[in-house]
Amino acid sequence: MSIIVILLLPLVATALVCLPFKKHWAAGVTVVSCLTILVLAVRVAWLVSAGSSVTAALKVGMLKWIAVDGLSALILVLIALVGSTAAIFSVGYMAHKSLEPRKLLLYYANYNLFIFSMLAIPVMAEPTLVWIVVELTTLCSALLVSFENTREALEAAWKYVVLSLMGAAMALFGFLVLFAAMQAAGGGVYTWEGLVIAAPLMPPVLLQTAFLMILIGLGAKAGLVPMHTWLPDAHSQAPSPVCALLSGVETTAILYVILRLFPVMKAAPNSHAEVWALVLGLISVGTAAFLLLQVRDYKRMFAFSTVEHMGIILAAVGLGASAAGYGVMQQIVSHSITKSFCFFAAGAALLAVETREIAAVRGLIRKSPVACAALIFGGLGITGAPPLAVFLSEFSILRAGLNQRHYLATGLLAVFIVIAFFGVMLHINRMVFGAREGEEAPPTNEHSSGEKEQRLPFSCRLTLLLAAVPVLVLGFYIPRPLHDLLTQAAAALTK
Amino acid sequence: MSETTNQLLDNLNALAAGLFLLTAFGIVAMRQIKGCLNLFIIQSLLLAASAALLGLRHHSEHLYGVALVNVITKPLIVPWLLRKTSPAEIYTRREIDQALNIPTSLLLALALAILAYFLGMPLLNAVGPDFRGPNVPIGIAGLLLGAFTLTVRREAVPLLIGLLVMENGAFLTGISISRNLPLLVELAIATDGLIIVFIMGVLTRAVQKHIGTTAVGTLASLKEAAPEPTTNEVTK
Repeated sequence: MSIIVILLLPLVATALVCLPFKKHWAAGVTVVSCLTILVLAVRVAWLVSAGSSVTAALKVGMLKWIAVDGLSALILVLIALVGSTAAIFSVGYMAHKSLEPRKLLLYYANYNLFIFSMLAIPVMAEPTLVWIVVELTTLCSALLVSFENTREALEAAWKYVVLSLMGAAMALFGFLVLFAAMQAAGGGVYTWEGLVIAAPLMPPVLLQTAFLMILIGLGAKAGLVPMHTWLPDAHSQAPSPVCALLSGVETTAILYVILRLFPVMKAAPNSHAEVWALVLGLISVGTAAFLLLQVRDYKRMFAFSTVEHMGIILAAVGLGASAAGYGVMQQIVSHSITKSFCFFAAGAALLAVETREIAAVRGLIRKSPVACAALIFGGLGITGAPPLAVFLSEFSILRAGLNQRHYLATGLLAVFIVIAFFGVMLHINRMVFGAREGEEAPPTNEHSSGEKEQRLPFSCRLTLLLAAVPVLVLGFYIPRPLHDLLTQAAAALTK
Repeated sequence: MSETTNQLLDNLNALAAGLFLLTAFGIVAMRQIKGCLNLFIIQSLLLAASAALLGLRHHSEHLYGVALVNVITKPLIVPWLLRKTSPAEIYTRREIDQALNIPTSLLLALALAILAYFLGMPLLNAVGPDFRGPNVPIGIAGLLLGAFTLTVRREAVPLLIGLLVMENGAFLTGISISRNLPLLVELAIATDGLIIVFIMGVLTRAVQKHIGTTAVGTLASLKEAAPEPTTNEVTK
């Protein structure tokens, strides 16, 4: 039952947001709805990791296409978590922009729809339905990306929509071929589970074609190189809370759909899915690491780091064994929580200095100590400095890679991660501690903010605090229930 | 049904699929935006015809449903939605500067169609004999030509049509090899197509309002290198 409520709540919230009430009505409704979803999602995850089925009652009509296992529950919780923190962050961030009420309302309505489309990805079990909700995530977020209606934002939104939908059309072809392969293997229920059962009998050509089309098609939306070109644009131009959602959980949710295919491929005789994953993953990590060195916009920097992390996850799947199981799940969790934190930090910095250019931000520490601390923490967190969450997950992936004797691939992965670390920290260091060149700030900055301290809205500071907790805690301690959930999720991937 | 009727239906389906390919070529090359839209409408009708013919051939009510959905959504609702959302003068426009000139793009499109044939053959051999037909390679060709349209065109509406052609191509293959897909899924996919048109129409209008052009393919201000001369070079 909780699943149905989880799916309905954002839709109800969308409708409620549109009611013409006082100023903070829309924001309030969104925050309450997101927090309720979070509670329900945690409950679902709890039940799933305890081994009980949450969808046993849903076997009638079209509800039979809803199914939740460990992996789905994990993604569900992550989406709900980042959805909640981003909603709280939105309150202060959007209020700070002093928009007209209609525009604000549009933002929150779109926000809830976007949350709905993302929540639907992990709970759908029928691949074509999953395709539809993936498509919906693009369409619901397009207007959020273009929200600021600047030249850059519109360009970014347009690229985002065109490239994602182009990928989606290829993926649709893949899913249709997959269905045909299933029919050729004697039919069965077209769900993720049914696919694994039917896989050994599928004609290899059909299965391989379907896999590649879906990998490339959805890979375009998950930001894998060479289909990543839209990602830094879209993930940097959207309002910061939306960036947190896009980068933190949307990419992960799309990658989840790709991950669902690996058990299918594994069940089929001599498929080379792992090789594809490893190669595509390493290319993504490598390209992103070098591009990180030359970014000029700090939001783009975090966006490229998303490309890097998607690559790490995919490469880890390719490394096989425990790297492909527990390590991947850990990396997914740590990426989501840390990357969303990074974009909150970037949003705070943006509120303080009103420019996205790295070169124009110098000595941020004098202007906004909070934003500054957050940026350093986020930068360290996302690049895998100990003792934060990403360090632990990257470490376990590398260790598992070495255990599997993939020395070359693991070595490359480690080198790229180190390069990315230097790339990100170099820029952040300049922004935070850099002295003003020639004591003169660019004219716009000097006048508006000078040396006086900028105060961040309360909800933004609260979000930064809330979002920092898991990043820090998961660096040295994984609670028992989470451990169980991760194990379950890993089992779904490697079965 | 008798052998001759079946053969007739197969031939008619091949005709529809062949014309489908022709319209895809037309969309690559057509300068007039209104013409592009009309070609797309014809293409969707051909897709519907192919679905109906295959439905008749294989006694599948489900394919009639697909045909019906296609006839209603694409030729009727898509143009209506576009007219509602995007600026009207967009249709009277002629697109002069494509990325490649038209003979070159047509030659490349031809190469893509041949490639599609070779890509489609192994798939055709893998599906059961019941599912074979010209739909698979032509569907792949539609997918490739749609993607090609996206790379050479610059105006908003032809780009949108390129996306829809890709989807049509995927469908043309789908109706022949996976024809038992639940109708609900087909309906959802069709609705999805309409949302695409709506969102992209809204975006086009916003682009025209704020930037003053609908040649969205020419927008290129977001990149790493070549900084804007204004903000970031601080005074010496």
